[in-house]
Amino acid sequence: MSDQGQDHLGEFTRRDRAWHPPAYTPQYKTSVLRSPGKALVSLRQSIGERTGPVFGHGDLDPLDNDLIRNYITTGEEAIGERVIVHGRVLDEMGRPVKGTLLEVWQANAGGRYRHRNDRYLAPLDPNFGGCGRCVTDEDGRYFFRTIKPGPYPWMNHNSDWRPSHIHFSLFGTAFAQRLVTQMYFEGDPLIPLCPIISTIPDRSAVDMLVAKLDMGEMVPFDSLVYRFDIVLRGRRSTFFENRPEGN
Amino acid sequence: MPVQYLKETPSQTGGPYVHIGCLPAFAGLNRRTQEKLHVLAGGGVPGEQIRIEGVVWDGSGHPLRDVMLELWQADSTGAYNAPGDTSGFRGWGRVGADAETGLWAFETIRPGATPWVDGRPQAPHCSLLLFARGINIHLHTRIYFDDRADANAVDPALLSIELADRRQTLIATRQPGDGIPTFRFDVHLQGAQETVFFDC
Repeated sequence: MSDQGQDHLGEFTRRDRAWHPPAYTPQYKTSVLRSPGKALVSLRQSIGERTGPVFGHGDLDPLDNDLIRNYITTGEEAIGERVIVHGRVLDEMGRPVKGTLLEVWQANAGGRYRHRNDRYLAPLDPNFGGCGRCVTDEDGRYFFRTIKPGPYPWMNHNSDWRPSHIHFSLFGTAFAQRLVTQMYFEGDPLIPLCPIISTIPDRSAVDMLVAKLDMGEMVPFDSLVYRFDIVLRGRRSTFFENRPEGN
Repeated sequence: MPVQYLKETPSQTGGPYVHIGCLPAFAGLNRRTQEKLHVLAGGGVPGEQIRIEGVVWDGSGHPLRDVMLELWQADSTGAYNAPGDTSGFRGWGRVGADAETGLWAFETIRPGATPWVDGRPQAPHCSLLLFARGINIHLHTRIYFDDRADANAVDPALLSIELADRRQTLIATRQPGDGIPTFRFDVHLQGAQETVFFDC
C-alpha cells in the first residue's frame, strides 16, 4: 500500500462551479441532452484524486510543439498567420505547475479541421495537422508555434460562427486538476457572439481565456506572439488531517 | 474582503474534434507514433487482466459517438503511479467511443484497495472522466466491480451517496464468458438511470 504519500499531499481547493460554465446551457444546443439533471455528489479527495499521471519529455516527439512543421507533406510549411503562443501554468496560490503535459488542437487558417467528421467547404492544408503538445518547464512556462486558426460556422443556430480558438488540455499534478478549455485571440469581434463562450456566466472569467498580443516577445520577420497564462486548482496545506498517528 | 487567490481558468467543452489533439490516430492523423492509450496494462504487468467496456448515453437514449474517456487507477497492490515501477504501468488510459456504435473499452488490470482520507480501505475502483461536445466541464465518476460486493458495501465514497439506489449506477457488471474478465459500465448522462457524477 502506498498510503504514505497521502499524508503530505494536500487536498485541492474547491472548484468554483459558479465561475465555470454550468452543465445545462441551452443556447449551446448539444448541452441540453448531455447535462446531468441531478446534483453532483460531493466527494472527499482521497489518493486517487490527489495523484495523476506523469508525462515526460520522453513521451514527446521533437516537433510536437511546432504545428507549422509537424505535418509537412509537400515540403512547405503550413499556410497562415504565424504565431507563437506562450505563457505560464500556475495554480491558484500562484505557484508554477512544473513538468505538466499540455495538449493543443485547432483548425487550419481557413477554419477547417483535419478530422473525418469535419465537412466544412474550406480546404485542408496539406502541411497542417492541427495537433501539438508540450511539457511545462521548472517555472511552469510553455510555448508552441502554430498558425492562427480561422473562424468556422457550425450547426447551432443557423449558423453560428466560432471565434478563432485553440483547444487546450492540461493534466496538472493530479486528476483533480484536470482541465480542458479553449483559448481565444484578443480583439476578435466573434467572442461576444459565441454561444459556447457565453456558457461562462462571468465576463471576467471569459477574459481569462483571451490571449493577449505580446509585441514585446514578437519574433521579427517571423511570428507574432500571444501570451496565454493558465491557472489550475491550488493545493492547500494539510492542517489537521485525520492521521492515524496524529499530527 | 476574504483572502483573494487567483481564479481557476474556466473550462470549455472539448468539442467534436477532441480526438485531433488527444487521440490523433482516431481523427485520421497518422504522423505521431501510434499510441494505444486504451491499453493500460499489457502482459508483464502484475495483476488480474480485465476489460472494462460500455456506452455513454445522452438524455434521449442515444449513444455518444464522439465522447472521450480517461481512466485513472491504482495498480494491483493499491499504489498509484508508484515511482520505480518498472512494469510499465502508468495507471492512466484514454479512449474514444466507436464512431458508429459508441462502444468504448479499456484493457487494464484490476486495481487494489486504496485508503480513504481517514485510512479506511476503499473498494477497488477506477476514476473515470468524460469529455465531449455538449459537455461544458468534464464529468467525474467512478467504476466499481460487482464481484467485490462486500468491499463495495462499506466503501466510504459509495456510502457518501445519500440515495442508496443511486450507488448501483457506479457498479460495473461482470459479463458471462470465457477469456479475460469483462465488465460492462454504461454511463447515463441524464434521466431515470442517471449515473452519479462527483464534485471533488
